[in-house]
Amino acid sequence: MLKKVLLALTGCACFWIGGTVRADMSIDITGGESSRIPVAVSPFAGSVPAAQDIPHIVGADLLRSGELSLVDVSDLNPPISQPGDARFGVFRSRGADAAVLGAVQSAGSQMTVSFRLMDAVRQNQLAGFSYSAGPADTRMIAHRIADVVYQALTGTPGVFSSHIVYVLQRGSEYLLQVADSDGYEPQTVLKSHYAIMSPAWSPDGRRMAYVSFERGHAVVYEQMMDSGRRIVLASYPGSNSAPAWSPDGKRLAVVLTKDGPSQIYLVNADGSGLTRLTFSGAIDTEPSWSPDGSQLLFTSDRDGSPQVYMMPVAGGKAVRMTFDGKYNVSPRWSPDGKSFVFVTRVSGQYRIALMNVASGQMQVLTDGHDDESPSFASNGKMILYAAGIGSRSDLAVVTVDGKTHERLSNVEGAMDSPVWGR
Amino acid sequence: MKKTVLGLMVVGLLAGCSTEQAKTNTAQDNTVRQAAKAAEPAPAPAPAVAVDPLNDPNNILSQRSVYFDFDKSIVHDEYMPMLKAHAGYLTSHGSAHIQIQGNTDERGSAEYNLGLGQRRADAVAKSLELMNVSSSQISTISFGKSKPRAVGHNETAWAQNRRADIVYQSE
Repeated sequence: MLKKVLLALTGCACFWIGGTVRADMSIDITGGESSRIPVAVSPFAGSVPAAQDIPHIVGADLLRSGELSLVDVSDLNPPISQPGDARFGVFRSRGADAAVLGAVQSAGSQMTVSFRLMDAVRQNQLAGFSYSAGPADTRMIAHRIADVVYQALTGTPGVFSSHIVYVLQRGSEYLLQVADSDGYEPQTVLKSHYAIMSPAWSPDGRRMAYVSFERGHAVVYEQMMDSGRRIVLASYPGSNSAPAWSPDGKRLAVVLTKDGPSQIYLVNADGSGLTRLTFSGAIDTEPSWSPDGSQLLFTSDRDGSPQVYMMPVAGGKAVRMTFDGKYNVSPRWSPDGKSFVFVTRVSGQYRIALMNVASGQMQVLTDGHDDESPSFASNGKMILYAAGIGSRSDLAVVTVDGKTHERLSNVEGAMDSPVWGR
Repeated sequence: MKKTVLGLMVVGLLAGCSTEQAKTNTAQDNTVRQAAKAAEPAPAPAPAVAVDPLNDPNNILSQRSVYFDFDKSIVHDEYMPMLKAHAGYLTSHGSAHIQIQGNTDERGSAEYNLGLGQRRADAVAKSLELMNVSSSQISTISFGKSKPRAVGHNETAWAQNRRADIVYQSE
């Protein structure tokens, strides 16, 4: 039995996914509804499960963005699937500004999914596409539809069809996994009995750098996503960690302890040309390249407590960026280079915060106990992080305004080091 | 007497165990098992009396862990007697080699914790070097927060995990 809840009216609501979808998700929304664009996502015409599943996945994606709200039209039977339907006015009368209509036709093992995004007031079409694919592609088609709808209504490219990477610890096993942006369809890239941490996607998405303890100490590997072939990028005495790709994909910043405490080095993508960048005598780690490739943000405790600093990639003076509190770590640039996310400790709790680079203004976005490893979606609108709860940590997404939170997964085990790819 | 004991220790270390007559009454299952294992190639006359000083619970050398305050890598004075004992063992056993493994509690950044664990291991190494242990006998490594000894999520568990362990190479 499929349960649907109208989300637009309350501060907190649950959106149940049915059909072949496995898990439930909860989305917490705080703040006013008035700024959100109300959209009705009608059930699609068709007898295959995808006709029910696709609109639900689209709806969950749109809701997670925090910029759209959903208007419930699930009671209409049969669903409105054509713009010429005599009942079309119901979208407007229920408060929707836009409506998503569609149909799924199946022929053997293939299916054709067509959808239209309609202006609920003028009743004209804003966008429309048709996709042909196998049933295994149901979720990816839904994410692509959500991208089209989101961009048409907000003007910002959608990121729902992008992928995320994270480390799942299950018993004594560590799995490096890639999944859809909503945490579904996980695929294992590497399975190990030794700890894996800090995966970093190359800008072109074809390579993954990560840290593995399989040789007894932390070593940085670089793995081809298509073939699985991998090379050792850095395996010097001590720890080799925190790989970060330059925006052009030609170099990485890595953190080594071969010359003393953790320091930042630059290395070519083939492991050659190692040069040392920081000389602090303190812990310098977690480098993040600015989108233009000229600056690194990083964590350092050179002033006595771990704080975020910025310095030119070409070398030079590091400037301290964070001053509130005694623990500010894990900085990541926003895609436009105007702000960065990081982890801050507030009253003993670890939370995700955002800082504007120009103004130095800081906003705490989450209210968890042990929130870690934030990273931006490529459109700069959402932030993925690991939300710790007791012995496990879930993947979670928060919007840049801090008003919409969603826990993505309900997988057994601990999910760490999430990174949003393209 | 001292020279005899030292000679036995070096042999024992190479064989994976050692003997020390003064500690016969505290032999543990573990020690007996190791003695038995070592006895296989060349049976020793009395395996039950064999005690490895490194694993003898009554010997300070069996203590291997240094605990730290949150976000700190200062070795407290209370660990100096233990470190002095290890320094004495290492300086008198030139072929012995230790790895110092740094750990942190689960809170905060995994990468910063990896650096912090390394600094804790390095702090213990520095203490031993100041006690005249050759740096060539010491290597350091950090596990960061990836290998917690205590699995709880409270200060008691966290305190157990803010730690550097001394591990002898033969172990």
